Amino acid sequence: MGLLQDVLDEGFSGIQHNFITAKLEDLVRWSRARSSWPASFGLACCAIEMMATGAAHYDISRFGMEVFRASPRQADIMIVAGRVSQKMAPVLRQVYDQMMEPKWVISMGVCASSGGMFNNYAIVQGVDQVVPVDVYAPGCPPTPETLIHAIETLHGLIETGELLKRRSASGSGANVHVEAAPVPAQPVPVMLGTR
Amino acid sequence: MSLVQQTNEGGQELGARSELTAKELLREVGSVLRMSEAEAAALALDEIDPTTDQTMIINMGPQHPSTHGVLRLMLELQGETVLRCKPIIGYLHTGMEKTAEQLSYMQGGTNVTRMDYLSPLNNELVFSLAVEKLLGIEGDIPERAVWMRMLLSELNRMSSHLLFMATNGMDLGAVSMMIYGWREREQVLRFFQKVTGLRMNHNFIRPGGVAADLTPGWRDDVLSILEEVEPRLDEYDVLMTGQPIWRERLQGVGVITQQEAIALSATGPTLRCTGLPWDLRRDQPYLRYDELDFDVIVGSYGDAFDRYAIRLNEIRESIRIVRQILERMPSGDYRIQDKKVTPPPRARIDESMEALIHHFKIFTEGFKVPEGEVYVAIESPRGEIGCYIVSDGTSTPYRMHMRAPSFVNIQCLPHMMRGGLVADAVAVISSVDPVLGEVDR
Amino acid sequence: MDLLHGCPTGDSRGQATVFASVEQYLPLVKKLADDGYNMCSDLTAVDYLTHPGRALPEGVEAKRFELVVNLLSLDDRKRLRVRVQLEDGQSAPSLFDLYPGTEAMEREVFDMYGIAFTNHPDLTRILMPEDWDGHPLRKDYELGQIPVQFKQVNS
Ligand code: SF4
Repeated sequence: MGLLQDVLDEGFSGIQHNFITAKLEDLVRWSRARSSWPASFGLACCAIEMMATGAAHYDISRFGMEVFRASPRQADIMIVAGRVSQKMAPVLRQVYDQMMEPKWVISMGVCASSGGMFNNYAIVQGVDQVVPVDVYAPGCPPTPETLIHAIETLHGLIETGELLKRRSASGSGANVHVEAAPVPAQPVPVMLGTR
Repeated sequence: MSLVQQTNEGGQELGARSELTAKELLREVGSVLRMSEAEAAALALDEIDPTTDQTMIINMGPQHPSTHGVLRLMLELQGETVLRCKPIIGYLHTGMEKTAEQLSYMQGGTNVTRMDYLSPLNNELVFSLAVEKLLGIEGDIPERAVWMRMLLSELNRMSSHLLFMATNGMDLGAVSMMIYGWREREQVLRFFQKVTGLRMNHNFIRPGGVAADLTPGWRDDVLSILEEVEPRLDEYDVLMTGQPIWRERLQGVGVITQQEAIALSATGPTLRCTGLPWDLRRDQPYLRYDELDFDVIVGSYGDAFDRYAIRLNEIRESIRIVRQILERMPSGDYRIQDKKVTPPPRARIDESMEALIHHFKIFTEGFKVPEGEVYVAIESPRGEIGCYIVSDGTSTPYRMHMRAPSFVNIQCLPHMMRGGLVADAVAVISSVDPVLGEVDR
Repeated sequence: MDLLHGCPTGDSRGQATVFASVEQYLPLVKKLADDGYNMCSDLTAVDYLTHPGRALPEGVEAKRFELVVNLLSLDDRKRLRVRVQLEDGQSAPSLFDLYPGTEAMEREVFDMYGIAFTNHPDLTRILMPEDWDGHPLRKDYELGQIPVQFKQVNS
């Protein structure tokens, strides 16, 4: 840990030996959180703000997320940005199913989270009826700051979440349960990348 | 298990070409591509032999890499050449026209602004103009409100076209252009946020005027936007307009003729690229556009490059318009002083019970609008946006319909793509600049 | 009252309108197209189920649906609105041959109101899924929230 602290405090100049020790689990979590590529799943107005987050001013690449992947096979996070219509819901589900584990979902904007102001025949009242959602970003549209906050929250979840278990078939999202070992009273210590 | 998941979108497919009789083909080709009679007749002469018919039907979208939302295209390809194409829409259908019947005229703005989310202020403007026409107060809107509306809608045109520059660049592989386009748009959005409180979906232009006055120092803010954007447009010219690769990708791609564009009811840059100078700001002036000096930009070949160049130069025209507005912005009220449609000022609410009740009533019940029906059209960045409202005398519209320019323009896609390469399909979609929120409403 | 090609005309807040029956509709629009209305800028419909007593010129019988067509003359820079009265279940002729741009608009009206258009090349739903029940913009169609419709897929 001391070694790691050196790196965190002083960067690589602080390193005395050319190796780092850490728990494999933490390294994996750390690397997952630092290079989670989003699937470009823009739907409506929120997608514009999502793209604005990717552009120069808000610069999502600070979080290792600038690579918006068109193919769901290469993506880790699906940002559902916008209202999901009844016609789009099956497509959304299919894209989600095509994504590789591990995968996470951010529901961006009130429309995706709850239907928003459109409580009518056409809109699915919350994307969590279709796919499990990890983080909800409020707002209409959420500002890029809100989206970044949601992304940070998700990264926190990834870094403290479990590593290997696939999601149960019930489709629970962030509500992950460790069955083999009892859940420690303290949150799992984050060794790398303290935020 | 079959790899094809059953969806509930079944019937909206292209029928297999080899299974059609010549007559059906004529009808279908005529409908999907709208070729001339002679061309269709010539096609019908070819007997199609199912064993040699080598065409392939490819589905593009609704989730696809081009940056224009959830548009889905069925393309019939012969090798790399597009034979037929059918846009399939509705993946973002939000039922806004139904929701509008539930919302009062006061609340209606929140609904319409979410249709064309790249130019929300234009949507609010056309809705407000229609409501004002129904109320019969269109002549009484204070001058400052009118000029503020023009200022905002021109700035909105700039931001929308800047976003087109960005997405068009990205679709064609000029990724740095995307970064630049967003950078400039961000400046305009910052001004919007200052004035309206929101970056998008403002609900700022309301029946009777606008929601609030301009913020102090707005003139300097606008000037600094103009000073920043204007030289950058010249940079775009260097980066793209004169660049051989860019020209190669766009010139002669997605050509549409003037007759076709008129027949397909296309408006905006899609119509102007064919050389027809039709701009509602000049040809059926609303607000005070007739007092301003600006040019209508037209193209001459009707291809994707013309549509790009028109939008680039329309940003310049908008800058010119905004400069004139800055000079002439009058002072005075920013909304009509008609107790019927205007809530009392904030300060009055604390003092007077009557004002409080009035305020409460306006925001809960709204105001009643006399019976009648109107259609009002203005020029949005994408073309003619029209609002048709039927009132039955209550405080909610009986029917509210938006004539969305993208919805109509998208019908040009099959025609522009026919005979082109599949690689150009993205360039063509991008050059029409459809906003799917507005297509599906 | 003025007649335009044999159809009663009206004026709505200074905007010219002309009323046609279903039989007069296509011939009227043909004549208007010859008169220089070279673009059909909009085509939509209204369901007057709960508002039957609207003002119409005499000689025009109010029916449940109304087809509203906004024509535009690019040369004279003027607009004209054609309003066509339709009974429930009655179909209207398609304007596709005159104005091909009405293809999507007529499909939208069919989708939202269930008004069929004869001679339309491809009269299918455009916005709603193909197997949708009912026509959402009809006044007797509930707005309300409805259960999610996606089909079970195996993950
Ligand atoms: S939450 Fe607001 S901004 Fe986002 S898609 Fe819905 S209406 Fe648009």
